[in-house]
Amino acid sequence: MLDIRNLHASVDGKPILRGLDLHVGTGEVHAIMGPNGSGKSTLAQVLAGRDSFTVDDGSVSWDGVDLLAMPTEERARAGLFLAFQYPVEIPGVSNAYFLKAAVNAVRRHRGEPEYDAMDFLKRVKAEMKAVDMREEFLYRSVNEGFSGGEKKRNEVLQMALLEPRLAVLDETDSGLDIDALRTVADGVNRLRSPERSMIVITHYQRLLDYIVPDQVHVLSHGRIVRSGGRELAHELEERGYGWIDEAQATLAQGAAS
Amino acid sequence: MSTLEHWLQRYNAGRDALPGAGVPWLDALREEAIMRFADEGWPSNRLESWRHTSLTLLEERSFAPASAPLAPETVLQRLRSDGEEAAGGHWLVFVDGRHAPALSELGALPAGAEIRALAEVLATHPEWVEAYFGTVEEGASPAALNAALAADGAFVRLARGVALDAPLHVVFIGGVRKGASLVRNLIVAEAGAEATIVEHYVGVDAAGDAQAGTPGTLTNAVTRIAAAQDARITHLKLQEEDRSTVHVAHIAAAQARGSVFASHSLSFGAQLARNDITTRFDGEGCEALLNGLFHVDGRRHVDHHTRIDHAQPRGTSREFYRGVLDGAGRGVFAGRILVAPGAVRTDAMQRADNLLLSPQAEADARPELEIYADDVKCAHGATVGQIDEDSLFYLRTRGLDEAHARNLLTYAFAAEVLERIGLASLKRRAQVAIRARLPGGELMEVL
Repeated sequence: MLDIRNLHASVDGKPILRGLDLHVGTGEVHAIMGPNGSGKSTLAQVLAGRDSFTVDDGSVSWDGVDLLAMPTEERARAGLFLAFQYPVEIPGVSNAYFLKAAVNAVRRHRGEPEYDAMDFLKRVKAEMKAVDMREEFLYRSVNEGFSGGEKKRNEVLQMALLEPRLAVLDETDSGLDIDALRTVADGVNRLRSPERSMIVITHYQRLLDYIVPDQVHVLSHGRIVRSGGRELAHELEERGYGWIDEAQATLAQGAAS
Repeated sequence: MSTLEHWLQRYNAGRDALPGAGVPWLDALREEAIMRFADEGWPSNRLESWRHTSLTLLEERSFAPASAPLAPETVLQRLRSDGEEAAGGHWLVFVDGRHAPALSELGALPAGAEIRALAEVLATHPEWVEAYFGTVEEGASPAALNAALAADGAFVRLARGVALDAPLHVVFIGGVRKGASLVRNLIVAEAGAEATIVEHYVGVDAAGDAQAGTPGTLTNAVTRIAAAQDARITHLKLQEEDRSTVHVAHIAAAQARGSVFASHSLSFGAQLARNDITTRFDGEGCEALLNGLFHVDGRRHVDHHTRIDHAQPRGTSREFYRGVLDGAGRGVFAGRILVAPGAVRTDAMQRADNLLLSPQAEADARPELEIYADDVKCAHGATVGQIDEDSLFYLRTRGLDEAHARNLLTYAFAAEVLERIGLASLKRRAQVAIRARLPGGELMEVL
């Protein structure tokens, strides 16, 4: 369903993604691992449509539609969800208003009736319970003063409410202790379904103990350099990322000579 | 005819008809005040504190009367239907600067609370106001013109320990016959008294901007607040005048020991609005909150000059100003904080933040701290910025279109100021007012 081919992207003229290929089938969960600076977050941002990145080459086809041609909000309405590594704080906008506006934007697009205040509150309170969020978080400003764990729960809550077809989770484990990680992972696992694909981006194998992927990819210098089953994550955990860089360097040398 | 001659003639022709004419101290004060104005004229940008805001445009304006599209009754009705508790409270209404008894509704007042039109008090009890009327030297030259010519306004006196149960709304409906309105409000709170006073400045013609040389409206308002020991006064000013109006105002508070003064200045209308807001701590342990929000678009201009005079020890002041600037609008904030020698353990904090919605808009934010005492805490910060790109992107990834996201962030920036307004009904009224001004605001629910 998601077909990324030869994707090149840069920021301020500096190339970050350099020919990335990835295919994610419907209902599959793919993990993308890689060292810092390998392009993991750039991939997430480019998929969501952040315009500070320039796509220089390649294509992203999503159920046959050119994803890169769509503005950010249309991707969201069509069912793409990005869980942010650093969710943004928005002072002065209550979480309740924000969530309702988001859910109704997506429902409108799907031709579903918009929620009124009562229906919305019923739905959102049920979902909050599932990610162990207290109701007071509805009436606080979006992410403002939330702890790391609370912000990530808020991301999973949004994902549950928006019911995406494709969810991209960008380092959802960063900054979480083991209990918070478990809660967040449970929330994500609850949303796994045959209709919903996920790309789980992480630096550490730890998250993948809880969200078990169908496939694992290793990203290095803006390209997928290895793909495999879940056992690849364990291999990375044991050997670190150093060997990938070495292998890359050898490859580059070979190409140069 | 130059504008100065216009005002001198107006004074000479009208002085004997001014309320309180014949009261010796008042006659002398008015005489000196008009001389000061004749001497100084309208402030120009040659003066440091008027560097960004020249009033010399007033010299080309005739302020001749003209007909009005909306009846004052309609305007008032609209105002009173805005808030949930709008029917309640005490209402003192002025049309073109003159008390309109038929539109006013003071209701039942607690014993020891005196609320009247100033013209009436000057005519019948001038001795009540002598100590509070103000001086010739106070403020800039427009305040002197006001002292010479102000014919009406609100007079509020609260005896010791008296608390006003509901807000007093003082409504100034301007521009009905165009021309100039000069009003003076005197608020006297004796020890331990408490009140919330709202000054509304509204117009009758929401249409067109003023053209140079065409008749316009001038509002020149002075509000003086005397807060005795432990008095608590909340003052909210909501300026929503017509876009052809020039609004010049001075709010001056003097605070005795332990008193609390909160000022909220919301400036949304007028072609040009200048607000000077000052308070002086005359006793120990005073508190002041100066909170403000303005919006400009088109070629409109809003200027706030504030001054907090920490003259005595252990005073606390908090100051928050925000501006939303669109079109080729211009916003000015200058906040002066003075800490006198010996005013130890002063705690002062000031913030001024501006949101530019257009590349042509311009904001100036200038803190001026003068500290002559040790052992004080003073902090200040000022920003001029645009909509935060990260926030915009975050909202768009949740399906909100760009315009909605921008409007939401703009409204949230402005609405944060309103959170400091304690009274829920006033907060709602202010939210309604700001929603009516901002792009897409009519679609915003209360956040």
